[in-house]
Amino acid sequence: MSLKIVVLAKQVPDTRNVGKDAMTPEGTVNRAALPAIFNPEDLNALEQALRLKDEHPGSTVTILTMGPPRATDVIREGLYRGADGGVLLTDRAFAGADTLATSYALSMAIRKIGLPDIVIGGRQAIDGDTAQVGPQVAQKLDINQVTYVTSVDNVKDGIATLTRTIDGGIERVTAPLPLLITVNGNAAPCRPRNAKLVMKYKRASAPMERPADGSLPYAEEYERKPYLTVAQWSVADVDGDLNQCGLAGSPTKVKAVQNIVFKAKESKRLTGADADVEGLIKELLESHTIG
Amino acid sequence: MNNVFVYCEIDGTTVEEVSYELLTKGRKLANQLGVQLEAIAAGSGITGKVEKDILAHGVDKLHVFDAEGLYPYTSKPHTSILVNLFKQEQPQICLMGATVIGRDLGPRVSSSLTSGLTADCTALEIGDYDDKKTGKHYEGLLYQIRPAFGGNIVATIVNPDNRPQMATVRSGVMKAEKVAEYYNGEIIYEDVAKYVPETDYVVKVIERHVEKASNNLKGSPIVVAGGYGVGSKEGFDLLVKLADELHGEVGASRAAVDAGFCEHDRQIGQTGVTVRPKVYIACGISGAIQHVAGMKESGIVISINTDPEAPINQIADYVITGSVEEVVPKMIKYYKENSK
Repeated sequence: MSLKIVVLAKQVPDTRNVGKDAMTPEGTVNRAALPAIFNPEDLNALEQALRLKDEHPGSTVTILTMGPPRATDVIREGLYRGADGGVLLTDRAFAGADTLATSYALSMAIRKIGLPDIVIGGRQAIDGDTAQVGPQVAQKLDINQVTYVTSVDNVKDGIATLTRTIDGGIERVTAPLPLLITVNGNAAPCRPRNAKLVMKYKRASAPMERPADGSLPYAEEYERKPYLTVAQWSVADVDGDLNQCGLAGSPTKVKAVQNIVFKAKESKRLTGADADVEGLIKELLESHTIG
Repeated sequence: MNNVFVYCEIDGTTVEEVSYELLTKGRKLANQLGVQLEAIAAGSGITGKVEKDILAHGVDKLHVFDAEGLYPYTSKPHTSILVNLFKQEQPQICLMGATVIGRDLGPRVSSSLTSGLTADCTALEIGDYDDKKTGKHYEGLLYQIRPAFGGNIVATIVNPDNRPQMATVRSGVMKAEKVAEYYNGEIIYEDVAKYVPETDYVVKVIERHVEKASNNLKGSPIVVAGGYGVGSKEGFDLLVKLADELHGEVGASRAAVDAGFCEHDRQIGQTGVTVRPKVYIACGISGAIQHVAGMKESGIVISINTDPEAPINQIADYVITGSVEEVVPKMIKYYKENSK
């Protein structure tokens, strides 16, 4: 049985490697100082999707991402690894979306793609750490969900068997398709790019990434190879309701953002010299702090 | 109507500690707002086993859903319970644990009710809000406060118009306290079939292994924590030695866990464990907000860092400017020499 799979992927600022210049003096985030990457757990999800495709010939894997035109990078990365196509959901009206508005937009795009057998994405994105979008998309599509998955063990006769992490242990569950799955970072890492696929797709781009003045290098190649044009959808393309998109569709509002100011303590300054370290240990022993 | 609700997480017939912590917080919020605190307990065979302790945390009304198929937890039946109950009861606030279950259930419920949800809050307060765009003034909103953006900033989130205002909180962030051993709350045994359609019971748990936590990080009086600055897995072995000597536990910052220096279950911070040890020894930890959120209530903080300006030094009682490889072996040596 071939499967229709949609992978939810997000381009995120690499919050794991935040340097000193990542914050502006006003305490806001300087996004330009952070490299944009493929959200790590979405890569784990992509691997599970590609494994299902390997096991079920004829299956299709479509990468769906929402973001500015440069987010097409994650679609290209998916194509380089074996995905069959991608959709970039991009529109100014999507800006400022919280998790609920994001899940609305994604669910509308999935409906336009046509309800797949499996929707799969990372458990959470490293710029928000909320883990909310997956279950919210599942609810909007009215399909089952299994979260915190470490492996999709098999899919047979319309039923998936999955292993997932729970607090303090693991669980194996069966769930009928269609199904939304979120994948943990401890799942198998994603396979590397395939050199042949990199050659095939390196010029793949979304229309908005191309020169605005109409000039297009390799125009003839794009004409010959329609797979080099990544689908790009706006709110209107997915029949979206503007009131449910972006800032307007977000019930949560940010009231305040602040750089934390630690309440400075009177700290004792020591060096790594023997006398300093021995003095500290003796002090802690004498006060029975350690013992 | 418009009360504060807490979803109680139940493992078998035992209420999880995080739920008591949230009930305690919920009680305070309800008092501030002048409303009642209500709780939801859903499981199999829980009748007679969970009510008294839940009520003891100051619950005015407890809704018990006891039926076959509600344990082990699966998404749809528990979602239906909350969604249908909330449509009826119109709560203004709903709190749940930022556990695997809470993080599976919360978003599904919020999506169904189109209400806002904030994950992993580290503080919850009541306050007013002025919407600059519409000029509208709101009173008595729930401030949902959480580190954001990988822990580099702290954001206060509000849900002005949609109800319930939903938030998840990690275990250990709030403190549990009983109001009275026998608190006079009402118990309602709900008819589960009225809330959960038969078709919800489709995901089957076929196997389950739960182990007691492999470490005692949460309860340990001494924590030796390492950050990215420790540099390697081998560097962490040094911290393990020190922790063993001091009869403490090893913890790690998120950066160290992401780099593979230490296991995930030892991560301290907003998205890990919250600790309150007597002594916290931070080795090569710079002190991102998201890490500090999980250790700021430690007794004595000792920071070992080559960077004298590391943010964590500001909350440290002792700052040792030096490398972990240099200082930690000395600590082990002098501890051995000076302790009996």
